Amino acid sequence: MDKEKKLDNINENPPYKQESRRGFLKKSSAVMALALAPPAILKAAEKDETIASYFEKIPLELSVNGTSHKLSVEPRVTLLDLLREQLHLTGTKKGCDWGQCGACTVHVDGKRTLSCLSLAVMQHGKEITTIEGLADGDILHPMQEAFIKHDGFQCGYCTPGHIMSAVACVREGHAGSEEEIKHYMSGNICRCGAYPNIVNAIKEVNEKGGSI
Amino acid sequence: MINFDYIRPSTQKAALESITKDVNAKFIAGGTNLVDLMKHGVETPQKVIDINKLPLRNIDERKTGVIRIGALALNSEVAESELIQKKLPLLSQALEAGASPQLRNMATIGGNILQRTRCPYFYDTTMPCNKRKPGTGCSALNGFNRMHAIFGATDQCIAVHPSDMSVALTALDAFVVIAGPKGERKLAFKDFHRLPGATPHIETNLQRNEIIIGVEVPDQSSFANKSLYEKIRDRASYAFALVSVAVAVEMNGSSIKNIKLAMGGVAHKPWRLTETENFLRGKQASDSVFEQAATIAMKGAKGYGYNNFKLKLAPNTLVDALKKATGKVG
Repeated sequence: MDKEKKLDNINENPPYKQESRRGFLKKSSAVMALALAPPAILKAAEKDETIASYFEKIPLELSVNGTSHKLSVEPRVTLLDLLREQLHLTGTKKGCDWGQCGACTVHVDGKRTLSCLSLAVMQHGKEITTIEGLADGDILHPMQEAFIKHDGFQCGYCTPGHIMSAVACVREGHAGSEEEIKHYMSGNICRCGAYPNIVNAIKEVNEKGGSI
Repeated sequence: MINFDYIRPSTQKAALESITKDVNAKFIAGGTNLVDLMKHGVETPQKVIDINKLPLRNIDERKTGVIRIGALALNSEVAESELIQKKLPLLSQALEAGASPQLRNMATIGGNILQRTRCPYFYDTTMPCNKRKPGTGCSALNGFNRMHAIFGATDQCIAVHPSDMSVALTALDAFVVIAGPKGERKLAFKDFHRLPGATPHIETNLQRNEIIIGVEVPDQSSFANKSLYEKIRDRASYAFALVSVAVAVEMNGSSIKNIKLAMGGVAHKPWRLTETENFLRGKQASDSVFEQAATIAMKGAKGYGYNNFKLKLAPNTLVDALKKATGKVG
């Protein structure tokens, strides 16, 4: 109920658009903002109406690796940038930043997704798991152990994304054969070419069974 | 990314009012295409309307056998739905052939239909492109056009529609269910996307003040076990189609009782092969009949240089898909 109520706060008439707030912003920060603003925003600011929203941040509540966060973000901030820049969880990597490489893979409400193509404001009320949330203290997750054992990386930059995707691949039941693993891991690119070892790591975790 | 206003309406009515009011607004659902285009500066909406609170995620079978899929159902949910795998295996296969697992977990059915072309010149804001900026010209026409159209293109635009799912739904005679200020309407998939003509920037017959709320597929029970989505691409997985074929066939012994065919990766819209279907109906399935069918299918095809290989690849893929779907080849 509470969560739903908060979600409803961001709707057609959010608090930041209400007159008092708008008025306050105009009076206090607009002058300062205009002085610092790039030309595109100055142009937008000519339409007095939009100036407040251009500088506005939207409240956001989400859980990351079991910890709840109350934040505020500009609409254009991606989940990837929120994790790395605001929450300093730099395990999730920025590769292509265009949804082509999979380095930024995280789990949102249990589903593997690309954080670079997810707007942070759209994650309100969701549970995010990043690579930092997989291990249990000093005890590595079985998939992390398997990547080490099978040498499933070289430079390591794609590894967090690969491991997050690999965990989801096994949980989804898509790790039944080498062919299936290759198809369902195709959203993660490794330019060092550690693919055979990555496949072996996933195969082993899947064959061991149990809940991961 | 240029900043924008963000709203999250909870009703369809509010979403429609908002899109009607603001010409520079865009709906967002999965965001896999829109956020990408916004990062490239191809799309620059001043307002983004998040429609994820609308109750449009169900996958149901009606008493009539019609299957209705909500616009916000995820590509992965639909592909893995037991109902879809059983009743519309062609749709499930086409969805599985598209994008990557992560993208399928984000992308919605409505968004998949509306995704923009992946023509590199459309994405490159420093290059002329009639689709992005009408009147500037088509860079692909004499450029690197390996991925481009062989059917229905004009000198204004030779881009292709990238969706695999829409090719399957076009073959299956599906409808796009649309809501607007005057209520709901249905548009057949074959009439939803447009050919480029002189206005390649107008890609569909969806109006600005309308929203896709779902997809309806008529009863396909006679086709369910004889269908196939064959996709040819540069790597085995996670790549757009060079050529794809969706086929659903109903056999009567070794003769073709009924057939539905569409191609992807070849035109500005999913390319339904009606004349080829008419030719095949009632024929005995054989290599020579399939070759003749492919000749009919390729009438009017035109290469633009780097994509000339599609003039051979397309008929070969069609023949191969026909052989597999009719059981002529294992």
